[in-house]
Amino acid sequence: MILKGQVHKYGANVDTDVIIPARYLNVSDPLELAKHCMEDIDAQFVKKVKPGDIIMADTNFGCGSSREHAPLAIKSAGVSCVIARSFARIFFRNAINIGLPLLECPECVEKTKSGDKLEVDLATGKIKNISNGLVFTAKPYPDFMSELIKAGGLIEFTKNKLSQRST
Amino acid sequence: MMTLAEKILAAHSGKKKVSAGDFINCKVDLVMANDVTAPIAIREFRKLGVKVFNPKKIMMVPDHFTPNKDINSAEQVKLIREFAREQGIGFFEVGRVGIEHVMLPDMGIVLPGEVIVGADSHTCTYGAIGAFSTGMGSTDIAAAMATGDIWMKVPPTIKFVFHGKLNKWVSGKDLILYTIGKIGVDGALYASMEFTGETIDNLSMSGRFTIANMAIEAGAKAGLFRVDKKTLEYLAPRAKRKYKVYEPDAEAEYAQVFEWDASKIEPVVAFPHLPSNTKPISQVGEIKIDQSVIGSCTNGRLEDLKIAAKILKGKKVNPNVRCIILPGTQEIYLEAMKLGLVETFIKAGAAFSTPTCGPCLGGHMGILAAGEKAISTTNRNFVGRMGSPKSEVYLANPAVAAASAIAGRIISPEDL
Repeated sequence: MILKGQVHKYGANVDTDVIIPARYLNVSDPLELAKHCMEDIDAQFVKKVKPGDIIMADTNFGCGSSREHAPLAIKSAGVSCVIARSFARIFFRNAINIGLPLLECPECVEKTKSGDKLEVDLATGKIKNISNGLVFTAKPYPDFMSELIKAGGLIEFTKNKLSQRST
Repeated sequence: MMTLAEKILAAHSGKKKVSAGDFINCKVDLVMANDVTAPIAIREFRKLGVKVFNPKKIMMVPDHFTPNKDINSAEQVKLIREFAREQGIGFFEVGRVGIEHVMLPDMGIVLPGEVIVGADSHTCTYGAIGAFSTGMGSTDIAAAMATGDIWMKVPPTIKFVFHGKLNKWVSGKDLILYTIGKIGVDGALYASMEFTGETIDNLSMSGRFTIANMAIEAGAKAGLFRVDKKTLEYLAPRAKRKYKVYEPDAEAEYAQVFEWDASKIEPVVAFPHLPSNTKPISQVGEIKIDQSVIGSCTNGRLEDLKIAAKILKGKKVNPNVRCIILPGTQEIYLEAMKLGLVETFIKAGAAFSTPTCGPCLGGHMGILAAGEKAISTTNRNFVGRMGSPKSEVYLANPAVAAASAIAGRIISPEDL
């Protein structure tokens, strides 16, 4: 699967409160959440973002709360993947579980700026920066996570687990 | 040779030994969620088409936006209430609910050696009693409710050793803020933090809960303490079932060890907008405040209220400050009344609330307007955390929050 989009780049420690402020957590509809994605760090984000676009960040993206609303808002806003130097652990789990691809690639973050166009091959982890011609490789997922992703996320994985137990 | 985290996880995954980096399928002793995270968990759970694995091991604690702060919140709690009735799982109604991470240990619902997963990042709080407890997302909790287990990656352990006697007004809150200030908000990313040393041995359970609660603010998966005499005393009137106490092996491998002299630590204040942006109280400068919040799963326990009352007794909250005090549970509320703390708070001009997370996450019960500043005993101060993205939150211990409420600026009780 090749993802294509423009980069929206942010700094370090982009936390879950700015990704989806608590005042919007009284709903869980992904489409509603999408309207407020990144609101407290970039109020213009929802106006700028096009389907397929990519969020890029420095270290510790998604730190703070366990709110699954955060990756849900990002995914529903049309973002195809998030590329960062590192991710906070609960955000990482949540994104994998709901099918929002995350790629850890410090070199790519180093050499890419907001507005650059990228092509991301999820199968190989190769990231091509169309705007500057550079190519990078993201850190591969551990085998178990690849299994989870291949199964279609945690719910699908758990469905298989449950049916295996009843046989 | 295993660390405390490794021992508990090995026992819960049917393995003799686990090491950092291993992927395991871990059996859980308790699964929990709150009013913000449960609706998504329930939605995902329904896709599995099964009943919960064990109704006695699942707790729904609506504490964030309760008593229902608006129609949407009321609908979310209604959904959870109906699900809880249908499945026969634990549910706590307004008037009988407390802040989840204060209430559940006080009720003896979480115990040493157990594995607890919760759809709330501060689930790590129960590490204070030697349980492996960690925050996860709603979908993880949906899966755990169905099967009674969940996948985990065994974390590396970082050891923190505190030596020496604490200075006046210095508490668990200051130790953890000091730690986060030193290592950063991702200094313990994916790790289990183990807290030891004679300072910790002498620290109250309340102080230990505060430290474990904020392990997540350093990026950690868990914040563990060994079980000792204080833990056993705390548990004696509360535990209603047997539990197992695990000890880390003396030769266990730690990814890092930090050793600090706690007697050098002053009360710590975390400046906007990161819990790691810390300064000792003597270097804070002149910061006028509009609001002081004393409460939350971090510092909403009786010991915290007692410290605040000691400082507020006979004094008045500054005319320019709103001081809001929120006990963690109804039991703490009652005890605070019996001890005359509530009278002290009200006579000082503070607002005393029913238990709720309220202002901590910018929900209700004390939101900030643009340009306003709050000093708070809560756990996060990201942009917009307590309201307007143009407001500021400073984190501190209850003594500093109470003194600051009187002075109208951030101040140590010593300088009142």
